[in-house]
Amino acid sequence: MASTMQVELVSVERPIWSGEATAVYARTPEGEIGVLPGHAPLLGALAPGWLVRIQQADGVEQRVAVHGGFLSVRADGVSVLAEIAESADEIDVARAHAALERAGSGSDDSTVAARDRALARLRAAGEQV
Amino acid sequence: MGAQLRVYRRQIKSVQSTQKITKAMELIAASRIVKAQNRVNAARPYADELTRALAALGKDSSLKHPLLTGAQNPRRVGILVITSDRGLAGGYSANAIKRANELADSVRGEGKEPVLYVIGRKGVGYYRFRQIELTDSWTGFSEQPHFIDAREATETVVAALEAGSEGAVEGVAGIDELHVVYTRFESMVTQTPTAALIAPVNLSQAALAEEETSTSGEPGPAYDFEPEPEQLLGELLPRYISARIFSALLESAASESAARRRAMKSASDNASDLIKTYTRLANQARQAEITQEISEIVGGADALAAAGSDA
Repeated sequence: MASTMQVELVSVERPIWSGEATAVYARTPEGEIGVLPGHAPLLGALAPGWLVRIQQADGVEQRVAVHGGFLSVRADGVSVLAEIAESADEIDVARAHAALERAGSGSDDSTVAARDRALARLRAAGEQV
Repeated sequence: MGAQLRVYRRQIKSVQSTQKITKAMELIAASRIVKAQNRVNAARPYADELTRALAALGKDSSLKHPLLTGAQNPRRVGILVITSDRGLAGGYSANAIKRANELADSVRGEGKEPVLYVIGRKGVGYYRFRQIELTDSWTGFSEQPHFIDAREATETVVAALEAGSEGAVEGVAGIDELHVVYTRFESMVTQTPTAALIAPVNLSQAALAEEETSTSGEPGPAYDFEPEPEQLLGELLPRYISARIFSALLESAASESAARRRAMKSASDNASDLIKTYTRLANQARQAEITQEISEIVGGADALAAAGSDA
């Protein structure tokens, strides 16, 4: 079995990253999932408010905040689809904290979406939330 | 300088400065076409992946979803018209609106009610002036659409679709079907206004597209789904619809720039022709002036000579 797989991270507007990776970790509504090379074909929705971690072949871990995304595992590789995706170094932690506070504990759709976005950003940036 | 000549010179100058502007706009539009095309290409992988995922789900024909099957008796048909924000693009917006009106007429002919959504200031202006009611409209991003801008529009129409004509979103009745009228970018010189049925989603069409793109031609692998297929389908379909709308927006942006480039090119060419005509006229006027001066001098000299011989 190959020790790496082809991973593509694609947003609506452009492909963000593609390369060889040893593992991809994501979270679907049913729980955390880790995909290693040779995984069975899978199609999953990504839970809002979480991040996707890509263990690159060179050992670097890429952390990406994904908003509105899907994970598709096929024999020839893994694709992460996201309406919006931001890598950890693009994220403004202070702003995300502020957004999280603003969203508070409201329960209407747009507030929940805003909170999820802030949570995903903070988690990708490695903050404890 | 004679009055006539001065008028022509002034005309030439004014046409020249207009030509400078149209030339500049032509160049800007030309560079935007390339950028817009790059964005169309950059957005393609996402749409392809999503289509592939949907095709995988669609193999299970037992799945039912309102966005898939459509309503039994569709009553309200949404038409999303994509026009430009700015003019000076030849017939770009007018053609899209014409196509939309044809579609609205045929929808009415089937006994259904067309529901209009418009993107772009030109389209909004057209319908406002005719006092045709718009359900919703969005402006300000027709030339360089970003997904963030488009999302507002896609969320509204998807919500309306999910509500159906029986339900309502914020007091406005929903829709059963959705057509998008956009301008397809065929080449630098040809752009066709096109109406595409976006919802209900035709999965067999998606599967067909998938077969074309897949190199092997073998049936795809059996997927595991997480969460359950029905639920996943419910998540995927709205995103698929927004991706379709977004790609229509991107393609329309490329067409808009191409239409503008062509309009500006013919404006520049017309300006060149005008300058040529006016230059000819100005030269004629100048020549006429010189001829007149000469005949005045000759006439004056003759008169003087005649006066001298008389004395």
